[in-house]
Amino acid sequence: MNSIWEYANPRKFMATSAFLLPWTAGLAALCLVTGLVWGFFFTPDDFRQGSTVKIIYIHVPSAIMAVNAWLMMLVASLIWVIRRHHVSALAAKAAAPVGMVFTVIALATGALWGQPMWGTWWEWDPRLTSFLILFLFYLGYMALWEAIENPDSAADLTSVLCLVGSVFAVISRYALLFWNQGLHQGATLSLDKEQNISNVFWYPLVIALCGFGFLFLALVLYRTQTEIRARRLKALIAQERMG
Amino acid sequence: MIALLKRDLMLALRAGGGFGLSLAFFLIFATLVPFGVGPQTGVLATIAPGILWLGALLACLLSLDRIFQLDWEDGTLDLIATSPVPLEGLAAIKALAHWLTTGLPLVVAAPVLGVLLNLPGAAYPWLVASLLLGTPALSAIGTFGAALTVGIKRGGLLLSLLVLPLYMPTLIFGALCVVRGAAGQEALTPLLLVAGITLGSLAILPFAAAAALRVNLR
Repeated sequence: MNSIWEYANPRKFMATSAFLLPWTAGLAALCLVTGLVWGFFFTPDDFRQGSTVKIIYIHVPSAIMAVNAWLMMLVASLIWVIRRHHVSALAAKAAAPVGMVFTVIALATGALWGQPMWGTWWEWDPRLTSFLILFLFYLGYMALWEAIENPDSAADLTSVLCLVGSVFAVISRYALLFWNQGLHQGATLSLDKEQNISNVFWYPLVIALCGFGFLFLALVLYRTQTEIRARRLKALIAQERMG
Repeated sequence: MIALLKRDLMLALRAGGGFGLSLAFFLIFATLVPFGVGPQTGVLATIAPGILWLGALLACLLSLDRIFQLDWEDGTLDLIATSPVPLEGLAAIKALAHWLTTGLPLVVAAPVLGVLLNLPGAAYPWLVASLLLGTPALSAIGTFGAALTVGIKRGGLLLSLLVLPLYMPTLIFGALCVVRGAAGQEALTPLLLVAGITLGSLAILPFAAAAALRVNLR
């Protein structure tokens, strides 16, 4: 293995991802089953929140992955803009719907958790609102991909949108902190804090988190493969027509 | 570049629909609000800052597709792109022309509509200041959105979907400034933050808009 840029070659990428896909998918299934079963059935209830705390094993990992999916799209877009590797642009395209679904899961489980705990499905809290905005960014990004016919132009324009959108997403995040006080609790998973989540909940949560990470990886690999195949098919059809 | 600016302003003035329409939209928007929420002056006074900012934002949004669309359709954009003016400069000039024909009239009209909506007296200077400092950001962001979608047929709705999330921080700080001004609280901080967003947008977005234009002109 000489350099990471080898995987910019679609054939190389296809071979490697075909090898990786069963492993990541298997690890995702294993971690998800272990983490969720452990979390749902073998942890005590929280002394204040009762058994509703158990939704944390879906809510927190999907929220973390929703943000990280956008970060991955940002990096992939940068690679496309700078080095013009088609696989990178397709990976960004493939990651968008996955990230959007994670955002929806985080919002939905948050609403389900918020109803018994806060007495409301929705509150204009900075964290909740920034997730809603993140969802809108995903929608706009995917809509722009759909709207442009030329695949290279679409990749270019969506990359520019992703770069500018990231800047504005960060500004929005801090603008919202300024705008309203939140109901949502602060971070309790940090590695350097005094007061953190208890270890009883922490271990299954980390496993579930790994599961969501592998799930994201597997889905993105799979969807990127699909995109590459779709593009090859298009090229073949174009060749047929020419011949 | 000055010739370009003059040309855009002339077109907006003479071809009709530039100034007038977005101002009229702003007026209609502000007129419709009391029908929606009822004529109680207390309610109107509390929501007036947000309504005025939202109206200005939507009036800006509706005139965005005009920025590049006509020049794109009749080929003027290709001609300008081959001229010595850099595309970044073109994007900046287009944003400026959009602001002069849309943003500035809105700033002037906003206090009048503030009276209609029973805006508290202390809020007027903050309303004018925040709109004056904030609408250039709306024009710059909008120009970027227009450049992204110029090649798309019937891209109007898509343009709104792309641009409105980007408008969020400007709206938050702009409206917050007026709300605080109305309540007699300290309003300078959000005003400065609006100014910061405007300066940042003016510095970055012409380059992003030019990059998008280059892709679309390829």
